[in-house]
Parts: sequence; C-alpha cells; structure tokens
Amino acid sequence: MVAAVIDRFRHRRWLFTLAMLLSCCLPLSAAVLPEDRIDALYHSYEGGGIEINGPSVLVRKSIGQSVSVSGNYYVDAITSASIDVITSASPYTEERTENSLSADFMHEKSKLSLGYTTSEENDFLARTVNFGVSQDVFGDLTTISLGYARGWDEVGKTGSPTFSENVERRNFKLGVSQILTKNFVMNLGFETITDEGFLNNPYREVRYVSADCAPKSYCKQLEVYPRTRTSNAVALRGMYYLPYRAKVHADLRAFSDTWGITAYTGEIGYTHTYQDAWIFDVTYRQYQQDHASFYSDLFPYENAQDYLARDKELSTYTSRDLGLGVTYQFARGGWGFIDKGSLNLAYHRMWFDYDDFRDLRVECAPAGCEPLYSFYADVMQFYISLWY
Amino acid sequence: MRGLWCMGVLLLLTGCGGEPWVKPYERANLSDPIMTFGRDPVSSSYITHVYQAREGARGAEGGHGGGCGCN
Amino acid sequence: MKSKVCMLFGRIAAGLWLGLMVSAVSAADISGVGPDFTLKSASGKNLKLSEMRGEVVMVNFWASWCGPCREEMPLLEKMYQKYKPMGFTLLGVNVEEDSAAAQKMLQDIPVSFPVLFDSKQQVSKQYKVVAMPSTVLLDRSGNVRKVFKGYQPGYEKKYENEIKQLLRE
Repeated sequence: MVAAVIDRFRHRRWLFTLAMLLSCCLPLSAAVLPEDRIDALYHSYEGGGIEINGPSVLVRKSIGQSVSVSGNYYVDAITSASIDVITSASPYTEERTENSLSADFMHEKSKLSLGYTTSEENDFLARTVNFGVSQDVFGDLTTISLGYARGWDEVGKTGSPTFSENVERRNFKLGVSQILTKNFVMNLGFETITDEGFLNNPYREVRYVSADCAPKSYCKQLEVYPRTRTSNAVALRGMYYLPYRAKVHADLRAFSDTWGITAYTGEIGYTHTYQDAWIFDVTYRQYQQDHASFYSDLFPYENAQDYLARDKELSTYTSRDLGLGVTYQFARGGWGFIDKGSLNLAYHRMWFDYDDFRDLRVECAPAGCEPLYSFYADVMQFYISLWY
Repeated sequence: MRGLWCMGVLLLLTGCGGEPWVKPYERANLSDPIMTFGRDPVSSSYITHVYQAREGARGAEGGHGGGCGCN
Repeated sequence: MKSKVCMLFGRIAAGLWLGLMVSAVSAADISGVGPDFTLKSASGKNLKLSEMRGEVVMVNFWASWCGPCREEMPLLEKMYQKYKPMGFTLLGVNVEEDSAAAQKMLQDIPVSFPVLFDSKQQVSKQYKVVAMPSTVLLDRSGNVRKVFKGYQPGYEKKYENEIKQLLRE
C-alpha cells in the first residue's frame, strides 16, 4: 500500500519537474487555435459475427482568441453473434453511447486542455477526466506535451441485479514532437496506464479438460483476472512531405504490461493529392501480440492457476489492416457561413489470425483438436466536415 | 531507465535558446493540411477505438506537431 | 546509484535553465537602419526600399499559408488607404519560394499597397523574421523603430498608434 502511494508520487514528481523545465525558452507570442468545424460521421464494423454501426458527431468552436471547446456524441449499436457469444450464450443487441466535452486554453506558446468523457451501456458505465498541457519551444520546432487522465468504471452484469464492481484507471502521457527539416516531422510518445479493480468481462469463461461435461471433452468456469494491470507503451512516428503535394508516414509502437503481454505495431501510409480538391490515403498496419501469462485456450484441469483467462484479446495473434480513403473538398472559396467543406469515405479491411485461440464452433474430440480461429472485418466510415 | 530520462531532458534543454534551423517563413510545406498526424479527429479517434477494443495493447496513440507555427 | 546520477543531472539542468532563461530574453531583434533591398513587385517592376526614404514605411512579412496573415490583410489595406496621403507606405513582402499560391490569394483579397516577392527569402533572413506574420516599422530616416511578431486582433490599433507617432516626427 505504501509502495503504491510512493509510486504514484514518483510519477507526479517527474511530471512537475518536466513542467518546470519547460518554462524555460520564454515564449515570444501566442500560437493559433484549432479551426472551428463540425463533423458528422457514420461508422460501420462488420466481422467475426459482430455488427457495430452508428453516428459520431463532433463540434468544435472557438470562444474569443484563446479558448476552443469541442463536444462529441458517439453511438455504437451492437449486434453480436461473435464466437464468444455463440459458443456460450445467444446473440444479443446492445447500444453504447459516449459523450465527451473538452476545452483548450491557449496562452502564448502553451496550451492547457481539460476533458470529460462518459461511456454508457446497459451493464457498464465509464467516466474519464483528462488533463493535458503542451508547450512549443525552440523556435516552435519542438512541442512537448504531458497528459494525465483518471477514470472510474462501474461494471454490472445483465441478469444479476446485485452484481456491481468498479475499476479505477490512471493514464500518464508524455509526447515530444520535433520538426527536423522543412519537410519532416517526428513524434515520440510514452504512455503508462494503471488499472485497478474488476478487470475482466463478467460473462466470459475459460475451459479445462474434463470428462464431467459430456458430450464435450471440456468443462467451463468463470475467468479470474488479477485486480491490477500496469502497461507501458512507447511509439515513434514520422511523416515526410513529398514535393508534388503528397506525404508518406510511418509509425512504430512497442507495448508491454504486467500481465505478460508484449505487442508490436507498425504502420506505413501514403497520402496523395490531386488538383486542389482530392486527397487519397492508403495505409497498411500490422499488429503482433504475445499472450498474457494467465491466458490459455484450454487449461489442464479446474482451477489450474490463480488467474485464468480465455479472452482472445489476450491471446497470441497477428492482425493486419489495409486502409483506403478518399476525400473531396468542396466550397473551397467559401459558401454562406461555411469556409470550406469535405466529403470523406474510408474503408479498412482487417484480418485477425490467432495462434492459440481455437474455434469452438467446430466440435471434435479430444479438446484442443479444434482449428485455430481467424476472421476478417470490414470497417467503413463516411463523413462530412464543415469549417465555419 | 531514469538515467535516460534525465539525459533526454538535458538534451532538450541544450537546444533551448538556440537558432531554429527551420525558419518561420520556411514552413509552407509543414502548414499543409495533409501534414498532420490525423487531419480529421472524428475519424482518427474512431479507428483508434476499433483497434483498442480488439487488441491487448493500448496507449501512445495519435500524434501532433508541425503546423504553420504562426503567431 | 541511478537516483544520484539523476540528482546531478537535475542540478545541472536547473543551472542551465537559469542561464538559458537569461539568454532567451536577450535574443536579438533587428535594430538600426533597416537593411536596403530590391525586390520584384506584383506589378512587375522592381522596388527599392531606400527609394521610400522620407516616408514612414511598414514592412509586413506574410505568406498565403498563414492564417493570421490572411486575417490581417484587409486591415492593412484600410490603414494604407488612410495614412498614405500623410506620407506613409506599406510594403507587403511575401516570403514564399513559389509565388503561385500568393498570387491566387491576392485575387481573393486584393490590396492596393505594393506586394513584393522575397522568393529567395534573403530579406526575411536580413530582417530576422522569427514569427509569421512579422511587421517592421521604419521611420522617415529608414531606422527600425518597432517590430511586431505575429498578429492578434487588436494589433491594428497598436500599428496605427505607432504610425501616427512616426508621422508626427
């Protein structure tokens, strides 16, 4: 308990030290507020037996010369007949609504951000408060940013009115953005996240070898997760401007946590413009993950470990994502109260290939003979943006 | 790890007060709207959510920087 | 051991911080007689700064990709029209290597004051432009009297106050 408190304090002390050091390089004058805009998006995810679609509306407005506020309304309408659901329950529909409000305050070359987000579904409520500060230094070539967020979740269980658990989350972020040449920008980011509380899905079960549940050669029991999780991520990204008004970008991220998961993400992309109105994007992203230490597709017997998980999100797998996007900019000279607008369509095809999660829809014996699971998903976004 | 932290901060400080090698009037390409790490936040936050909901990894997403450096 | 090294770094960093704070304050602005230059104007002919001696000259460094510069343009035009008869001249120096975007912007926001193209960015360097936009005020003898960095609404009043003062000299 004492150690946990000291740990928490240590993080904060570093943040304060950095904030103090940032105050050197005296700011010359102010920076520019983000543009006022409205975006209305329709999103759709279909794959692995799950369909999720819904709207996302984002409005940003500046107030005076130093304040910019934004609000987002987002809905996921979920119809799930996923492999987890089918093999243990029946398909269900659900809706998740997320609302967030944030404000940015600019003062000279510093920016202060505050935000509040809530996410609600019938058996889960999450609330997050976030705080960020960023500063332009070194003749505006470098931007240093720090962020801190606190979250509180209430976990419920449909069908069990007395079931109620909590989660507390803390995020610490540090980012450095550096302009290297007239055409090249790089970004380095760190994020540490701590979770404490009831961290698993209250419905999910693991399986273990047993003759007690004939005709199946395995039985099931509820998952048991550790009550804490600390994760660290570091990411390096860069983008380079090509002289004919195009861009290439690349991202790399390394992740590890106290659950034994290590993951690597790599992404490359190309953006191409055509005349003044058209923008085309192509991206390829690959994600590789190693399973959590307490994950197994099939445990040898009941209560084989203190902690048990069979969530495919914690398994060993590779996911690939190919994305294509097209943007058409209209009213570039202004039209009525709008300064310019854009119509956008983005499509992603994602493939998931699991190395130690098996497809239980295939019944065979002995347990563990089932084929490894894989699926693909189509993700589509259509949105219109108006600047005013 | 902590030593690296301190070194990094120190390195940053040594550049403090020096002459910027990309002058404010040379930022034409950097101010182009395509030179952002996520030019439509409504879309980049959705895609980040899609990844986070299905992956064990989280954190250090997004990015910022560049821009016109005006004012 | 690690924390001792860290403490040492911390102390060095603090010392550096103090020293650099001082140096950052004294980062040099341009002063004295404004360096002479000859640039091609939008009308086609070359314009020389020293030819304007005897008038109060405002040199405004702008670019088409700079939001505050676009905001400022119509206000500069108004100021030019108002004070021109009293011996004031305004030179809009465009700092872009390729002037095509600037010329397009001038079609949308036409101005009557001379617009010059510093496509080699030499004048920007000579005038130590550290912000976009930058506005330099020269008195009738060609001395740099005031430098404005950036543009915020309300600056145009500050410009006018300085111009009126310099015109009275």
